[in-house]
Amino acid sequence: MGGISPLGSDWQTVRHHLKTNKSAVKTISQWEDIEGLNATVGAPVSNFEIPSSWPRRQRRSMGRVSAMSVMATHLALSQAGLLDDPILNSGRAGISYGSSSGSFDSYDELADFYANRTTRKFTSNSYIKVMPHTSAAAIGIFFGITGRIIPSSTACTSGSLAIGMAYENIASGKQDVMIAGGADELHELTVAVFDTLMATSTRNDAPSTTPRPFDQDRDGLVVGEGACTFVLESLDHAMNRDAVVLGEIIGFATNSDGRHLTRPSGKTVTDVMKLALQDAEIQSNDVGYVSAHGTATEIGDVVESVSTFEVFGGSVPISSLKSYMGHTMGACGALEAWMSIQMLKEGWVAPTLNLDNVDAECAPLNYVREKPLPLKTKYFINNNFAFGGVNTSIVFAV
Amino acid sequence: MNERVEIQNSLTNKLVELFELEADEIQLDSRLYEDLDLDSIDAVDLLSQLKQDTGMVVDPERAKTIRTVGDVVDMLVELDI
Repeated sequence: MGGISPLGSDWQTVRHHLKTNKSAVKTISQWEDIEGLNATVGAPVSNFEIPSSWPRRQRRSMGRVSAMSVMATHLALSQAGLLDDPILNSGRAGISYGSSSGSFDSYDELADFYANRTTRKFTSNSYIKVMPHTSAAAIGIFFGITGRIIPSSTACTSGSLAIGMAYENIASGKQDVMIAGGADELHELTVAVFDTLMATSTRNDAPSTTPRPFDQDRDGLVVGEGACTFVLESLDHAMNRDAVVLGEIIGFATNSDGRHLTRPSGKTVTDVMKLALQDAEIQSNDVGYVSAHGTATEIGDVVESVSTFEVFGGSVPISSLKSYMGHTMGACGALEAWMSIQMLKEGWVAPTLNLDNVDAECAPLNYVREKPLPLKTKYFINNNFAFGGVNTSIVFAV
Repeated sequence: MNERVEIQNSLTNKLVELFELEADEIQLDSRLYEDLDLDSIDAVDLLSQLKQDTGMVVDPERAKTIRTVGDVVDMLVELDI
């Protein structure tokens, strides 16, 4: 596993943030001149630049999102001991990776086309950087991977859906190894999208007090960024090479609301969690921790908490890591799973920051608050939901 | 002749800037692909950049005949850029 996040890009740094209730949300003064934009808080990954040591031919096609994806994948493959392994170009290793969109870097080149009816700013890479599978393609070329490429461009479930698709490709025997995860880059355009929907937090003067998942005073999400990669492999493949197994995916489900593009539906959100438990062949009371989507939007938190209560009751500990790093969009499912695995391997989980008073509209769950909770459990579930009514649940064993 | 040298110098600078080459490895007879290690994507970007800088219009068939740095200079001279 490898992650690039607003909280850090190695577990020790991330762990320090989580253990000390330290938020990565900041005021972004560069957005203040944008007419009509209300939110000027975000959660950037600091100090990330495309390394100049990477070959020029690799770099030229990368925007920020695909570069972070490649970096996270490099970390993951290194940890797995599979960098330059022959499996990567055997056709038995594939990629399942997603982001909400490609990089915004070259929108300027494309916008010139519309504004001035000219192709003069187009380069060979204008499209490559914005195409939906820009991260998957960049990973494949950087590491010489020759199996399947399955891009998941489903906004906030891009990462979780990608992990699920990777799991199913391995379970069905189509691939032995899958590079799986998601990413997105922080851009003012993304903030404007959510701002227009009145879904962004505007606590611009008090960035560390937002987002506030499940809190009665929440006022919306905060846009973050990052990338996170899992190296998934079949049990046989892992055992044959004596790999250190960090965790196991034992169940996955995805469904869709079929009702409304942005307003979530309780029934299908409940269903997706139940389906994942069925796939995992465990009971709801076997699950010891729920890693919530918890974006801190008005309706999303209510629907999620009620569905979680219907499936798990009110005793299982739940928290939202978005309270520390904002909504990392396509990266969130993968980043939250990575951090949850690491926490549970150490026997604790982080609280939801800024959850001072649970909203009366939210279900009475066992919200972890204020300080880390010591917790020993084998199973946890990671839930994510996206525009278009896309729902995913992944059950992990650690 | 002066104009030709000027064009060659500005092209050399452009190649250095775009493709991280060393100026002294760029000669008139340097082949873009074999000697300078460019590829088709780089060639497209070079033309795209020249178009942006000069406003020139390139005939795709003419562009496909380019092999060396000198060929690019010839084309720019022909187009009277």
